[in-house]
Amino acid sequence: MKPAPFSYLRPETLEEALDALAEGGDDAKVLAGGQSLVPALNMRLVRPSLLVDINRVSELGDVVSNNGRLAVGATVRQSNPRLLDHPLLAEALPHVGHFVTRNRGTVGGSIAHADAAAELPLALLVSGGSVRARSARGEREIPADDFFVTHFTTALEPDELVVETLWPSLHDGWRFAFCEFAQRRGDYALCMAAAVAGDGELRVGLGSVVDRPTLIEVDPDHPGESAAAQVEPWGNVHASPAYLTHLVQVLVDRAVVLARERAVE
Amino acid sequence: MIDVEVTVNGRRYRETVEPRLLLSDFLRGRLGLTGTHVGCEHGVCGACTVRLEGVAVRSCLLLAVQADGAEIVTVEGLARNGALTPLQEAFRRHHALQCGFCTPGILMAALDFVERYPMPTKEQIADMLSGHLCRCTGYTPIVEAIFNASREGSA
Repeated sequence: MKPAPFSYLRPETLEEALDALAEGGDDAKVLAGGQSLVPALNMRLVRPSLLVDINRVSELGDVVSNNGRLAVGATVRQSNPRLLDHPLLAEALPHVGHFVTRNRGTVGGSIAHADAAAELPLALLVSGGSVRARSARGEREIPADDFFVTHFTTALEPDELVVETLWPSLHDGWRFAFCEFAQRRGDYALCMAAAVAGDGELRVGLGSVVDRPTLIEVDPDHPGESAAAQVEPWGNVHASPAYLTHLVQVLVDRAVVLARERAVE
Repeated sequence: MIDVEVTVNGRRYRETVEPRLLLSDFLRGRLGLTGTHVGCEHGVCGACTVRLEGVAVRSCLLLAVQADGAEIVTVEGLARNGALTPLQEAFRRHHALQCGFCTPGILMAALDFVERYPMPTKEQIADMLSGHLCRCTGYTPIVEAIFNASREGSA
């Protein structure tokens, strides 16, 4: 038995799930796809007293196009083909884990987990997206820039559940690119950059080398160089700060060039 | 303790388990189906991959209680009366296994993959295999086996 003991609830309605979270307090954890939570349970890095398994809450399982936004329910798997309707999700998803983990891992779970080296939080931020959170107390929509606080930390209260993530498709003529460098396919990226270009505007975001997905102002003529001047990566066992700074320059340039090329097409 | 009822390889099982029991340990320890291997037990190596309602999943990242009511196929569910499936046959022909530790997980993932992407390129197969660690073959024979089985029709 690898995880420490916990109680387990498998609600079938959203109301039951929210009540369970309200009662569980700080010690309760939401189980969605489990591709990050269960490894942490297995290694006993987390020991929640209660797991609230939301996989059978039917109202959380849909992808809906609504007012130019793609509304992705909390239990929608990363392998769901409807996600490919969103251009930046289509770019980012192949980098998320592996074929088998995407079969189970959810978009909402990855956003709520807020790993600074995860692709989907960066994609949501650069898309100008947001998170719809609900608790027994009510509901609110949180813009991605406010939602991601720091590594593994979000603006969610303990009793709040991500019920859906909202992905604006932006305007016609806007084009997206997502570039990352990982040592092996499917590994956590050492550095990642996402860009949106169109109508003479440019939006650039960085992940992995910062403690949360971060939008940066870049010089349109020298995007990579100006991005690299704004970050101070800590470095890690795999890469020095100088190397990571170099990756920022290369990947930002690559993403911007790709997005601009697509915008011209 | 929670009751779990599952169908594994066409046979029905009913067990009472602790919520923290992983599906991988349930299959191996409770049901005696040791064809599903456990390597890293945190989702990296892919050895424990099984099909849950047809979808390839890591059984070490699922709780047994989550599979309640579900239909599961493990590697034991592939060959019938000693006759290998076309994909298993291709693995043998291409020498796509040596020690065999990673093989059950790769077979279960590859079946789901080939059903959804019927004519994968070798590059797509290699990308899928990024989720499976094999320390014997160097992967090339595994790519060949999956590529050829997918071209022969039924994998």
